[in-house]
Parts: sequence; structure tokens; C-alpha cells
Amino acid sequence: MITLTHVTKCYTEGIPALNDINIDIEEGEFVFIVGNSGSGKSTFLKLLTKELEPSSGQIIVNGTNLKKLRQRRVPLYRRNIGMVYQDFRLLKDRNVYENVAFAQRVIERSPRQIKKEVPLMLSMVGLAAKYRSNPKQLSGGEQQRVAIARALINKPKILLADEPTGNLDPSNAWDIMNLLDSINARGTTVVVVTHNMEIVKAMNKRVITLKKGVMVSDELPGESNA
Amino acid sequence: MRVMHKISTYIYTLKQGIINIGKNKMFSLASVATMSACIFLFGVFYSIVANFTNTVKGAEEKVAITVFFDEDMEEDAIKAIGEQIKKRPEVSKIVFVSAKEAWESYKEIYFEGNEELSAGFEDDNPLANSANYQIYLSDVSMQKTLVKYIEGMDGVRQVNKSDVVANTLSDFNKLLGYISAAIIIILLLVAVFLISNTIMVGINVRRDEIAIMKLIGATDFFVREPFIIEGILIGLMGSLIPLGILYFMYGNIVGYIVEHFVFLNNIMKFLPSHTVFKTLTPTALILGVGIGYLGSRITIKKHLKV
Repeated sequence: MITLTHVTKCYTEGIPALNDINIDIEEGEFVFIVGNSGSGKSTFLKLLTKELEPSSGQIIVNGTNLKKLRQRRVPLYRRNIGMVYQDFRLLKDRNVYENVAFAQRVIERSPRQIKKEVPLMLSMVGLAAKYRSNPKQLSGGEQQRVAIARALINKPKILLADEPTGNLDPSNAWDIMNLLDSINARGTTVVVVTHNMEIVKAMNKRVITLKKGVMVSDELPGESNA
Repeated sequence: MRVMHKISTYIYTLKQGIINIGKNKMFSLASVATMSACIFLFGVFYSIVANFTNTVKGAEEKVAITVFFDEDMEEDAIKAIGEQIKKRPEVSKIVFVSAKEAWESYKEIYFEGNEELSAGFEDDNPLANSANYQIYLSDVSMQKTLVKYIEGMDGVRQVNKSDVVANTLSDFNKLLGYISAAIIIILLLVAVFLISNTIMVGINVRRDEIAIMKLIGATDFFVREPFIIEGILIGLMGSLIPLGILYFMYGNIVGYIVEHFVFLNNIMKFLPSHTVFKTLTPTALILGVGIGYLGSRITIKKHLKV
């Protein structure tokens, strides 16, 4: 589903943010990418969303070679990837319903379909009753649920999460991780970048560790010796 | 089905453009105010220039060349000369003045109050050889060319003209053209700079929102359209407001000048409101909408590279 072959990314001359990375993530997998600040975790995600281009190497996502992907096709490519961020990145001037509906408007779903699908998705993330609330009126955990609903509404095959629990208290953090786990159980490939090792250990999933841009370990579930 | 989706997308982006104006009240207000001020200045300047140009044109229309013919020339030959002159592009109007009309006009001016003195000339017109053509020019700067042409015609005895008046009017017209062009260009550049800056600030504030849209998979069209609609609407408002104010002011100011400044009214040939606004309205609307459209399109372009 996601294949990185000898991928290197240099921002400027000097130490590369990512150095000769080789990763293969299968369809339906749940993978944690861990590492300290500056390890290259965010660069890794930005390469997958084509916000950045690799300096060298090849990236294939869902059968698409990102190097050959034309700029005008990037929006269509991104519609197959759900993104969740630490700071939620919700549209602050729109309510919960509109934030989720927005992702459907982007792909030109009919108003009738939007009216049908958005409430279902909000129910799935447990926010059906708060559809008219503004993001500012919600807790961090609730805002992240809205972001997840928005990421999933177009039924992407891959969900990328960049520190999804970074701004949440432990209780909300676990709720979000359980939600991501249940999404994965339905067949979506989930890649979570985090430095919350407590959650990583408890979840017992595949863990890829980056250090100063180099992949230092790739442990399958049950292999962890951290 | 696909067409329906497209239509709903257009409606959605149109709605978002209108909603954005309300959401970003301060920015919208600043943009409309900046544009209104620029277009107002442009309108004021245009009205002044249009009236000056009209006055100069009025003066030009009064400038005439007088063409006299050889003595005892046949009427048909005079007519033929007239027909030839009429075909020239420099000529706007040609009037034939017979010897009798020339004498009548002379009498009116020089024997006013002493008409009995002219009675002795009743049967012997002293201006018998003064039948002439009064030729009015469409462009006073072409006087020299036309005079040269007429002087070279067979049967033409003399051509009277005023080089000083023609040259003065022609030079003044040129000067007015240069000054207008310079001021209009400066005003336009200032307007484009101020309006683009205001739009840029407004879009910069929303760059996060644009980035989110792009990461969700929005096409450039989907992100750009609401901003462009916003720019066009701001441009429309920014040109309609000063046009309304100018329309109200123009009639009143011209009316005031005509009533209170008789000397100005004698010099100037004021244009009626509808003549000024026939050109000013579409120009101001094209300027406002054009700057709004281009300003938002150019500014948003750099934010679309996410």
C-alpha cells in the first residue's frame, strides 16, 4: 500500500531530514512511526501527502508513483488519504457539520449525499449531538474526533495521523487511539506518527523508529523490546 | 449527475465568496474603502479632463480656414473646388459664403448704427470677388496640411488662416493628453498597489484555511473561486459607491459653477452628466471589477502551492 525505496530528503545542504529510507506498509496495517523531535517523522508524512518532494528515491502509495504524479492530479490523490493533525486544523469559522461536509464538497458530492453521509460519520465518532457546535466550543478530544470524521468521510484507503494525541489529556488520547484502532479494524491502513511511547507499547502494533533521519528499527507486533 | 455536481459546486463557491465578505468585515471594508477612494480620484480627474477636452474641442470647432477664388470664376468651378475639399479627412464642415452674404455680414459689423452710409454700395458690391468657403477642421493640428493642399488647387486665389490659434489649441490639446495619460497611469498604479496589498493582507490571514483545503484534496479552482468572487464583489462595490457619489456631486458642482462663476461658464463648455457618465461608468466598473479579479487571482496563486 505504501512503499518507500531509498528515499532521502534534504532541505538544505548538510544532514538529511530523511536518509535512505526503505519502508513497505501493507494494506490494512496499523503502523506507528516514532522518534524524537527532528527524527524526520513529519517529513515522512509530508512526503506521503506530496507536500514535499524527495531529494532521491521512489515513493509509491496505493499504486501511484508520486514522482510521476502531475501537480493537477495531486488533489485527486489526496482524496484517497485521510489526514489528522496534532492541532486538528479545523476550519474555525464553520461548525462541526460544515467541517465534515467540506471534505465532501471538495470532491463534489451532491448536497443530497452530503446530508445523508455526514450525520452517519458524526454518529460514528460520537458527535452526532454536537453537529451545530463551533470547533471553539469543543474539547480537544472532540475537535480531534471532528478531524477524524473529516478525514474518513470520503472513505480513504489510508489514514495518516501526525501526533493525533499530542494536544490531548490521557483519557481523550486513549479514546482517539481506540477510535483509530476501530477504523483500522474496518480495513483502513493507519499510519500514526507519535512520541507517546506509553500508547505505542500498549497498542502492540508495528513500530518504525526514526533517529536523525535514519530508520533504526522496524518491529512487528509482539517484537517490541522497548 | 456530473453536471448537477458541477452546478452545486459553482453555487457553493459563489455562496462562500459572499459569506467570506461578511466573515471578514474589516478586510472587506478596508478593500472597498481603498478601491472607492482610488476610483473616486480617477472619476474626479476624468470629469475635469473630459470637460477641458470638450472646451478645447469647442474652441477648435470655431477655427475656420477661408478660401477665396480667382476673380470672375464660374459657379460650377467653385462648386467643384468645394466638392474636392469636402472629401478631405481633415474637414468636418464646409460652408459656402456668396459675395452678397459676405457684404451683408460686413455691413452688419462695420456699418452698425450708420446703415445709411452703406446705401451707396447697394448696386456695386465692393466684395464682389469675396465669395468664399469657410472650412471647419475635424482636427486643428492638421490645418497646415490642409492649407498646403488647398493652396495648390487651381482657381484658389487666397487662403486665410490663423496659425497662432491653431497651434495654441493643438499644443494645448497635446499637453492635456500627456498630462491625462500620466495622471491616469499613476492613479491606476497606485490603485493596483493599494488594492492588491489590501487583498494580500486579507488572503494572508486565511492562508491556514487555504492550506487545509488543499490538504483535504480541494482543487485550485475550488479554493480560488470564493476568493475571486469576493474580489469581484469588492471591486463592484468599490466602483459603484464612488460612481454614485460622483454622479450626485457632478450635477451639483456644475450647476453651482454655472450659477455663481459666470466667467468660468463663459470659458468652459461643461458636459452634461449623462455624457460624462456614459464613459466613466463602464470604465470605473471595468477598473474596479478587473482590479478585484486580478488582485485576488494573483495573490491567491502563491498560496495554492501546498
